[in-house]
Amino acid sequence: MRFILDRNTWQEIFGSISKNKVRTVITVIGVLWGIFIYIALSGAAKGMDNGFESMFEQIAKNSLFVWAQNTSMPYEGYKTGRPMQLKLEDATMIENRIPEVEYIAPRNVRGFFGSTPPSIGRGNKMGSYPLFGDFPAFTKIAPKKIYDGGRFINDEDIAQARKVAVIGERTQKELFDKGENPIGGFIKIDDVYFQVVGVHKFDQSGGFGGDGDIFIPFTTFRRLYNTGENVGWFSIAAYDDADVVQVEENIIDLLKNIHQVHPDDERAFGSFNLGEQFNKIVGFANGITFLSLVVGIATILAGVIGIGNILLISVKERTKELGVRRALGATPAEVRNQIILESVFLTVVAGVMGIILGAMTLAGINNLTQDIDFPYTNPTVPIPYVLGALVIMVVLGTLIGLIPAQRAVSIKPIDALREE
Amino acid sequence: MIEIKELHKSYKMGANSLHVLKGLNFSIKEGELVAIMGSSGSGKSTLLNILGMLDEADSGEYTLDGVPIKNLNETKAAKYRNKFLGFVFQSFNLINYKSALENVALPLYYQKVPRKQREEKALKYLEQVGLKEWAEHLPNELSGGQKQRVAIARAMAAEPKVLLADEPTGALDSKTSYEVMDLIQKINDQGNTILVVTHEEDIAHMCKRIVHLKDGVIVEDKKVEQVRASQYV
Repeated sequence: MRFILDRNTWQEIFGSISKNKVRTVITVIGVLWGIFIYIALSGAAKGMDNGFESMFEQIAKNSLFVWAQNTSMPYEGYKTGRPMQLKLEDATMIENRIPEVEYIAPRNVRGFFGSTPPSIGRGNKMGSYPLFGDFPAFTKIAPKKIYDGGRFINDEDIAQARKVAVIGERTQKELFDKGENPIGGFIKIDDVYFQVVGVHKFDQSGGFGGDGDIFIPFTTFRRLYNTGENVGWFSIAAYDDADVVQVEENIIDLLKNIHQVHPDDERAFGSFNLGEQFNKIVGFANGITFLSLVVGIATILAGVIGIGNILLISVKERTKELGVRRALGATPAEVRNQIILESVFLTVVAGVMGIILGAMTLAGINNLTQDIDFPYTNPTVPIPYVLGALVIMVVLGTLIGLIPAQRAVSIKPIDALREE
Repeated sequence: MIEIKELHKSYKMGANSLHVLKGLNFSIKEGELVAIMGSSGSGKSTLLNILGMLDEADSGEYTLDGVPIKNLNETKAAKYRNKFLGFVFQSFNLINYKSALENVALPLYYQKVPRKQREEKALKYLEQVGLKEWAEHLPNELSGGQKQRVAIARAMAAEPKVLLADEPTGALDSKTSYEVMDLIQKINDQGNTILVVTHEEDIAHMCKRIVHLKDGVIVEDKKVEQVRASQYV
């Protein structure tokens, strides 16, 4: 330890390192590049991970959608091609039978998925907006931010089939005057007056829904359009620890059972598993993190081996010098330690420079992507990872330094001095 | 100071074995200035290497300042070299990226002398060889004679018991050779024991005693009238 802290030791090391500056710089670049790649890649991967995370923040990460299509197989006397229709009671069945389901929100819509949009207006202002019939549970699956003073549809609205609506920002802008408070105001939906109870904030990163969406109670929607027990689709959220793919399968199987569909019929019910997609993206991000780890470590390794190589050449070049040192009283241990310390020193200097450069690059990318719609937030490399990389470098530097050091020691002073 | 008895050394050259030293006996007292002469292949360098603990004899005894030198591992040899011996080489062997001062201070570094004292001492010895003003110069900025003087200062800095010089004038012209020998004589005048390996008659006669080696045996060992080098400078 005294040897490492001794100023003289470092003087010797600086002396021999600064002797050949070009070689030192080239050597350092190898390791610097490795650690730079490692930091930049894993930081970027983390940034993307964070980006996706915040992108899906608005919506339950293990949510899925189920809708009805046409059968593709004959079953129980029914012909193929029979149109399916989801019913309200299906939701109750799903909730009762599948315990992994946390929330289920039956939904209906007009003016979306190709259906005719309702005519919506206020006074002489008219517009065309998608109209959703919803239960309060919907906001548990896809949270909606409501502006102050407003609210989303509640259980009372459902029970009494109240004519209330939650409108979008764009709807407010187009139907209401500037500065006018929309809460309590009335809009006309297909000749029926609805009172506005809330304005939902449109979130660009949410990715689902628009800034013109209007939500009314499911029961009111049913009465307005005479949809009876029919449901357009189900929004479902499973518990956090549930396996969403399995839940999705269970729900579809249950629906097939209820609606007398062939168990192997893949077409009768459509579904989209957001959780699965989310897991795929998370897996992708994890994959990139892993890749950056592998590439980074490999590059660091290559760099360190480069240092070992250069030192080996350096030892060969310095055979005579080392011989002189031995003749002047340097013990083999002193010679060995000096070479190893040179190796470690070069590695660590290169590593620290690489870390700084990598961090600067990450900060740069972060600034560039700040204002554009790209899933990239707060790219960081955890401190333990950085320290781990440094430790690995010191260890590798020592190990690789052992080779030239051993070589230096194995040179007999007499042979070294004879070499003219 | 130095005692050797029945010293044998042979080198393996493939299947053949080359018997270089064939039972040498001699002793050197403190304060002597001894020239070891011989043509190339006579074994004089081998002898010096063994005396310098850079090489080990096959058999025989070697005592240095009362310490028997045998069965040395590298670490111990390094310690002894540092403590007992100063080396001067034909090709100077200065470390070319270190200044004259740093070169002279190097053996002191391995003696763990603190930096300040090291530099003071190194400067003192540089002054002794007349190169105080050249302390900060790199070896390649010095002439051959100056380099050898730096090398001598380096050998002396560790305050060794014996100074071993292997053809110290071999790479120098006559004038600088005499300057270097003048310096060696002065160091000897201060009471230091010095061994000079040379094949030049005039250099040998500047020592006090000449040991003649031929084919690995001592053929002649005589005291001579010392020729002072200063008269040629």
